[in-house]
Order: sequence, then C-alpha cells, then structure tokens
Amino acid sequence: MVNITINNKKIQVPEGTTILNAAKQAGIDIPVLCYHPDLDIKANCRICVVEVEGARTLQTACSTRVWEGMAVRTNTPKVRQARKIIVELILAGHEMDCTYCKRNNRCDLQKIAADLGIRENPFRHVERDLERDTSGPSLERNPNKCIKCGRCIQMCGKVQGLSLLDYAGRSDEVEIKPAFGKYLTDIACVACGQCAVVCPVAAITEKEDIDRVWEAINDPDKVVIVQTAPAVRVALGEEFGFEPGKVVTGKMVAALRALGFDKVFDTDFTADLTIIEEGNELLQRLSNGGVLPMLTSCSPGWINFIEQYYPELLPHVSTCKSPQQMFGALAKGYYAAKIGKRPEDIFSVSIMPCTAKKYEAQRPEMSVDGKNPDVDVVLTTRELAKMLRQAGINFDALEEEEYDAPFGLSTGAAVIFGATGGVMEAALRTVYEVVTGKTLPSLDFKDVRGLEGIKEATVDLNGTPVKVAVAHTLANARKLMELIKSGKADYAFIEIMCCPGGCIGGGGQPYGTTNEVRKKRIAAIYEADRDLPIRKSHENPAIKKLYEEFLGEPLGEKSHHLLHTHYNDRKA
Amino acid sequence: MSNKVKKLLTARFGVVSPDSIEDYIKNGGYASLKKALGMDPEAIITEVKASGLRGRGGAGFPTGIKMESVRRATGSPKYVVCNADEGEPGNFKDRYLMEKDPHQLLEGMIISAFAAGADYGAIFVRGEYINSIKILDNAIKQARKAGFLGKNILGTGFDFEMDVYSGAGSYVCGEEFALLAALEGKPARSTFKPPFPTTEGLNGKPTQINNVETFANIPHIIDMGGAAYAALGTEASTGTKLISLSGNVNHPGLYEVTYDITLREIIEELGGGVPGGRAVKMVQLGGPSGPIIPPSLLDLKIDANEMRKYNLSIASGAIIVIDDRADALDILVRIMEFFHHESCGKCTPCREGLGQVLGLLDKFVDGTATEADLKLLRNLLDVMSQASLCGLGQAAPTAIKTILQYFGDELCGRIGAAKEVK
Ligand SMILES: Cc1cc2nc3c(=O)[nH]c(=O)nc-3n(C[C@H](O)[C@H](O)[C@H](O)COP(=O)(O)O)c2cc1C
Ligand code: SF4
Ligand code: SF4
Ligand code: SF4
Ligand code: SF4
Ligand code: FES
Repeated sequence: MVNITINNKKIQVPEGTTILNAAKQAGIDIPVLCYHPDLDIKANCRICVVEVEGARTLQTACSTRVWEGMAVRTNTPKVRQARKIIVELILAGHEMDCTYCKRNNRCDLQKIAADLGIRENPFRHVERDLERDTSGPSLERNPNKCIKCGRCIQMCGKVQGLSLLDYAGRSDEVEIKPAFGKYLTDIACVACGQCAVVCPVAAITEKEDIDRVWEAINDPDKVVIVQTAPAVRVALGEEFGFEPGKVVTGKMVAALRALGFDKVFDTDFTADLTIIEEGNELLQRLSNGGVLPMLTSCSPGWINFIEQYYPELLPHVSTCKSPQQMFGALAKGYYAAKIGKRPEDIFSVSIMPCTAKKYEAQRPEMSVDGKNPDVDVVLTTRELAKMLRQAGINFDALEEEEYDAPFGLSTGAAVIFGATGGVMEAALRTVYEVVTGKTLPSLDFKDVRGLEGIKEATVDLNGTPVKVAVAHTLANARKLMELIKSGKADYAFIEIMCCPGGCIGGGGQPYGTTNEVRKKRIAAIYEADRDLPIRKSHENPAIKKLYEEFLGEPLGEKSHHLLHTHYNDRKA
Repeated sequence: MSNKVKKLLTARFGVVSPDSIEDYIKNGGYASLKKALGMDPEAIITEVKASGLRGRGGAGFPTGIKMESVRRATGSPKYVVCNADEGEPGNFKDRYLMEKDPHQLLEGMIISAFAAGADYGAIFVRGEYINSIKILDNAIKQARKAGFLGKNILGTGFDFEMDVYSGAGSYVCGEEFALLAALEGKPARSTFKPPFPTTEGLNGKPTQINNVETFANIPHIIDMGGAAYAALGTEASTGTKLISLSGNVNHPGLYEVTYDITLREIIEELGGGVPGGRAVKMVQLGGPSGPIIPPSLLDLKIDANEMRKYNLSIASGAIIVIDDRADALDILVRIMEFFHHESCGKCTPCREGLGQVLGLLDKFVDGTATEADLKLLRNLLDVMSQASLCGLGQAAPTAIKTILQYFGDELCGRIGAAKEVK
C-alpha cells in the first residue's frame, strides 16, 4: 500500500494505482475524455491534469501512478484554468451544434464543458468542414466532431484486432479515420459499432432510422410489428436512470405499445427457433461427417468478419439465419398470411443492441418476397430510447405488459443469447436432451459464462465427449480461426460473438458501456433466465406449435427456405 | 579567452579521416574501450557519475544516473539509442561529430552499452543527414571488422551490435519517445511518462537514450577519469560544450568551449560580433524552443548555476544571434509557424493551441489585439507549457514568454494600434 494525500485528504491505495483511481476512492471526480477503463491509457486529451507537489508541470491523473508520499491537488486555480482552456480549445475546433446533435444530453464533452461552467469561448472558431462519411447502412462518421481521443483506434485495434482506424496527418490537421481508404465502406469494417460506443462525442454514431419508423407507424395501411433482442431488456433501463443490470422487459413492451406498434414480439422466440434449427444442424454434421467445428451465425458483425477475413472457413458457419432474420422471414413469410395480409403490408422493426444488424437487415438475400426486406428497420437500444423521449413516454411510470402471441413466448435459453456463451449454453441444453434422451441434472453450464476471452467446455453426449469453445471479440475470434486453419481445433461447435461480452455489450447499447457494466448486464441476463418457467428451447410450446402448424420439421423444406441462408466471400 | 576554448571532442576534427578507423586508432581511438572492457561495469558508471556529465540533447539529465537505471532495470534485451535527429533549426553540432569523428561516437556507445548491460545499439540519424549516415555505416563496418562490435568483443565475452536508422525528418522525431516509436516503425509521436525509457524504452525494454555529444564524451571520461573530466568545467557544468553559433555573426560555426565562457565572449570573440557593426538585439538559445534574451544578459556564463538564476540553460548549445533590424513579432510568428507545422497533433494543448497562438499573434500584427487578447495569450501559453504531453508543446511557448518578459513593449505596444492609425 502507498500513502498519499489528495487535496489534503490522506488515503492509502495499492501500489500502481493511478491518481485518477486514487481520487475516485477519495470521492473526488476528475474529468476524462481519452481515458476509458477498458482501453490502454493514452493521456492525449490532457483534461485530467492535476498538480503534483514537486513536479515541474501538471500531471495527467489517468496515466500517472501514485508514489509513496505523493501530494496531489485536483482543484487549484492552475488546474481549473488548464482544464477550462483545454475544453475551450477543443470546442473552438469542434462542430458545436449541440441542439442538433445526436449526442445532445449524452455527450462526454458537453458534460465536461457544462461542469466547468464554460459560457463563451475566447478562442476563434476553426472551421474544419471535413466530409462526413454516410456511406454505410450502420454507422456514420463526422470528423468535424472528432476530438482525437483515440479511443476508437484502440477499440478497433486492440479489442477487435482489426486496426481499421488510425491517425492521419499532423498538427491541427490530424484526423482519425480509416487507415486505408476514405469511407468505412471502403474498408473491411464489420460495422460492429464498438468504436461508436466508446466515442465520447458524436464523431462516430449509428445511422439513425427513427423517422422511418415514425412514418410507418403513422401509415394507416401498415401493420407495424416490432421484435426486441434479448440484450435490450437488460440495458434499456440505463437510458432512463435505472442501474445497469436492471431487467425492464415489461416496461419495454408497454413502451413499444405506447409508441404505436401494432404488435410487440420477442426475438427470443426466434432465438429458441435458432436453437432447434442450429442444434439439429450440429447433430446432422456430427452424424454425417459434415464440416466441423460448426460456427454459430447469429452475430452479424462476426459474419461480416468471417466473410471478409476468413472466407475459406465459411463452410464451418451454420447456415441458420440470425434470430432477427428468422423473425423477419417468419413475419413476412408466415405471419402476414396468417393475419390475412400481404408481406408488403407488414412493416417489421427490430430493436437491437447492435449496429451490424442494420447492415444484415439490408442484405439482398434477407427478403422472402425478393422485393422488401424481411426486417424493414433496425433501431438500436439507444435509438429506441430516443424515440421514447420524443414521444414523451415516462418509462419509469409504465405498468409492465406482456408480449403478443404468437411470437411472444420464449424460454430462458433464448434470453441468454444476449451474453457471451449464451448461445452455446442454450444449444447444449437442447442438444444434450435430444441426444441422450435424459433430463439435464443442471441447466447451468458455468464454464462457458463470463468475460474471459475464450472459454472451453466438454459435454458428455451418451459417452462421447464433445468439446466446444466460446469466443467474444474479433481478436479472440481470430485466434480460434487460426486454430481451425492449423487443424488444431478439436471442437465440435464454437460460438462466436463479435462484441465484447456478447450482445449485451453490442455497438448499439447505451453509452457508458464498460466491462463493469457488461458484468452487470450479464448477471441480469442469467437472472432473467433463472426466473423463467421454461428454460430449454425445445420445451417452448409455441415453437412446437409452429413446427406442427407450419414449418413441419427442423431443417425441413420450409426451414430451408425461410430460416437458413448462405454466405459470400467478401475478401478484398 | 583562448583558455575557454578547449578541444576535447573536436580534437581529432581534421586530424583523422572520418573514413579511416586506422587514423582513429592511431590517434588514441578505442583505447578507452579497451580500458573500459577491463573495468567492472559498475566502476564505469561510478566514473561517469563522478564526471558530472549531463545530457547534451537539451534537458541536461545526469548521464551516469541514466546508465545506472538501465543497468538496474529488469528486462531483456536492453538497448542504447543515440539521438542524432538534430531537427531543431540552429543546431548542427551532432552532424559535425558524426561526420568528422564517427568512431568517437561509436566508442562512446559501446562503452555505455557495456556499462548499462545493453545488447544492441541504434543510432537514429535525421534523414537529411545523408552524409552522416554513410559515414556512420562505414564506421560501423570497420569497427565490426576490427572486433570492436559483434560477438565476444576484444575477447572479453561482451556481445554488442549496432545499426544506423534514419528518420522521416520531422522535428518531433528528436523527442525521445517519438524517436523510440519511429525506431519501432510506428508514427513518430510521443507518449506519457513515467515510465521512462530507462525502464520501458525501445520495444518496452530498458533503454539508455542519449544525444550524440553525450555519447562522444564517454571515451574521454574513461580516458581521463571522472574527476579529471569534472575538473574541466565549473561546479555545476562539467566537461566541454559544443556551441552551434549562427545568425547575425561574422563567424558562424561550431565551437567547443568550457562552461566558464560567457555568451558575449562566444558571440563577440569567437563569432567576431555582428556584421556591419550592428548591435545585438536579441539572442535565442537552443533553437526555436529556447528563450530569447536581451543583450543585458550576455555576460552570463553558460554554466548551469549561473543561467538558472534567470531560468535559462545553454541546452543543446545553439546560439542564434539576432541583430537590431529584427522585429520581435516577426520572429515570433515564424517560430510559432514552425511549431504549428511540427506538432504531431496528439495532445490537445499543442495541437489546438498553436493555431490559436498564431491567430492571436495575427491580431498583434494587424493592430487589432486588445488587453484581453494579451491575457488570453498568456494563459494559453501557460497551459501549453504546463499541460502538453511532450517537450515540443511544453517548450513551444518559451520564445513568446521570454519576448513578453524582456521585450514586452514590442507586443504590448501594438495593442490597439489599428485604432490609432485610423
Ligand atoms: C521536440 C523535441 C525535440 C528534441 N530533439 C532532440 C534532438 O534532435 N536531439 C537530441 O539529442 N535530443 C532531442 N530532444 C531531447 C530528447 O527528448 C532527450 O531528452 C535526449 O535525447 C536525451 O539525451 P541526453 O540526456 O543525452 O541529452 C528533443 C526533445 C524534444 C521535446
Ligand atoms: S458531440 Fe457533444 S459537444 Fe459536440 S455538438 Fe454533439 S453534443 Fe455538442
Ligand atoms: S465498426 Fe467495428 S470494425 Fe468498423 S471501424 Fe468501428 S470498431 Fe472497427
Ligand atoms: S472518432 Fe470519437 S473515439 Fe475516435 S478519436 Fe474521434 S472522438 Fe475519439
Ligand atoms: S506536445 Fe505537441 S508534439 Fe508533443 S505530443 Fe503533444 S501534440 Fe505532439
Ligand atoms: S483522460 Fe487523462 S489525458 Fe485524457
């Protein structure tokens, strides 16, 4: 332990603690912009400067580690002046139109400027007038708002292992942009949106599609239906002041109805369906000598990755569409007829924790009638929150409501899709019982849970040990792909999620997502699982009914047409 | 006077051919290396510490302590890196050292490596110094052939290799972290410290990084012993100093002096004064990042203790003489344009601040500056020097700050000037 004083308060902290964390412990807030708890320290914004006794210059609290006897002051005229001028300098070169900005009220820079009491800017405004990148369906870049904190570079490079973003140029002409090429669509970006989640300002954001949803809701000729992904229910509450990890399913359903959606369905239903189809596909591959290990296919960022980086491994990928697209296909290819409508009369919206889902939804093959997309619009969790605020819905005050039939009933196995390891666990619950004919002694496969990068487990299927692996983030996915290529992957089944923590940590989730927050959302996911009466996909009566009424059998003709897909080699 | 000109590092200039290791050896070269390899590395460090040698690259950090930190640091391999970027206008001493007596530098690096326990050395030379690079490459080949580099050097069991690297030619490349990044093949941008290079330098390993002139001193310290070397200088500043004298002087060039010499002696006696009998208006020390001082301070000795009284230092040894035709504001605009161009753009105060400084200076130029602008400028400069990430942004304000201190009227006098013209 090291003894230090911060603002005359004596405290003890472990050796190696940064001033920032020591101050936190002492109940003192220090503003940060480039610092992010899950990323390497960069110390380039300089907003966190403090006075350290004996030091010639101000020191950055995020990067400086305490030493025995260190005396720190965080609130001196010098510190306040430095912070104020630093923010003024940033703002002078910033496209500052807060009231029109996507990050208005959700912006780190805006908050710091407000906290510091900045009322006017003595510095001349520097007009950058750099071109925006609106080329893609998922994300937009506005370099005029970039504060060059470098968080996105690190996220894309270190966490996703892609290194698509980098510094270019120098001095005040520095830009953070695609390292090769001009637009995000020029580069092998997987649209995961992780860069957008860590961006402190509105320099990288999801493409907003809220207005298209309002238009559909206002159109009397449309039946507007909505599906909600498993991970949204454990994060949406954060947008309305709930603690991370609060499950708000019932309020969310009520809120969606209040917005004017005609039917509120649950993607969890098609998550259960995915397990049936994917589980059967796995068993088929196992018994017919198919390509193994089989790789999951429900994370579109991951699909974008393998199509662009490891196309030679595409035969390993399950042909199952993602739950979102299974839902879309059923909505237009089954539900429409069931309620006596044409597919084009249905407007299908999905609420996703994910920006890559926006890309997925507009893939040409994701259309049962070949004309309209099966999922017309994807909104992120953040966009849904915006819509609720636009509508003046008091989320807190809503009474909880239930999903609509027939796509409203789901199991605990579907809920856990939202967390890394969840698809694997859900699949194991079903595959085990289908193969062995026995009831699982415990439904909890703890080995595949948690934030560790790559997890492994072995299940005994009637005397045959079956080895499985789970990876989240593309840096970890890459490791497993290399293992497969080298012929050393002795797994039968691998679950890959593109985003850290799985979908609960997706690129469309509320700002402020950190590993701490991820852990809380994951805990909430398993809590929701535990509380559900049915926890295995194959026991979902609505799924059974769907097969009886319409699909016939898993991997059957209709399934093939509606629920399975193919992939493309998109390597540049 | 002449007793303050001391040829130690420059003694062999013109005497030896830079292409000939034989010449160097004939003139006493590599004798210090032989001596050093017979010593305990700790004893070498003791000598270097006793010599009082401080870094000649600008910051003046005690070299013996650096060496010792690298030796004590855990991690392997360890490196010695020579900073030969010399990117600051007005500096040319390192080029002379490399081109006139390259083996002196190599010998200093090899001894340092032995003392610090390093396995590999890199000389990072400014890209424009094509000739220096050629000469060093050749010298390294010769030294390798002669057994001063490579495996089992002179049969002592000490292994050490080194190579020359060239920079892309930006000024910030000379900043030690930016230089190390460039050596690793990354863009030349600095990073926060601590940790310092002595514990986490090149490739994250312990690294002794020193200026060319610093390394060039090492063989002499081993040769004469730390105490004798220390006796050459003043109490605070030992040894000799290379001065790059330029600007409005009759005899610009390289001079080697002891630290008891005054700035005036350097300018008037060595440099022959200002051409055309004009008066010195101001002198800038170190280069664009250094202070600009008035003639009244020219009687200061370049010794650290004396200069420190005025918050000055001789730094890298560049002295730029500016005569009475110059306009302070003009000079400042040019200096700040230099920094604005050279800023790596990584940290906010430097990246965003320099353009704003130029904007404010513009107002002084066109006479529209107000008292509020002056105050803003002062505050901005303070924040840049206090909160910038690396030495570039921290030192960029020095010229303006010292002009405001010593020639304040030249700026303040323009406040509201535009109004008067009307
Ligand atoms: C912007 C900037 C440029 C620098 N350029 C040089 C240079 O060209 N040569 C040099 O030796 N040191 C340069 N330095 C100083 C180095 O960072 C470092 O202090 C020096 O290499 C240490 O060596 P020394 O202890 O032998 O002086 C520069 C520093 C800054 C901030
Ligand atoms: S990014 Fe933040 S500070 Fe900038 S305009 Fe948007 S809300 Fe305002
Ligand atoms: S969306 Fe993902 S892949 Fe694309 S730039 Fe951002 S972090 Fe990288
Ligand atoms: S885009 Fe955002 S995260 Fe990336 S450097 Fe700019 S401000 Fe930071
Ligand atoms: S002070 Fe200037 S040169 Fe140094 S890191 Fe900051 S922006 Fe780059
Ligand atoms: S938060 Fe510390 S420098 Fe950016």
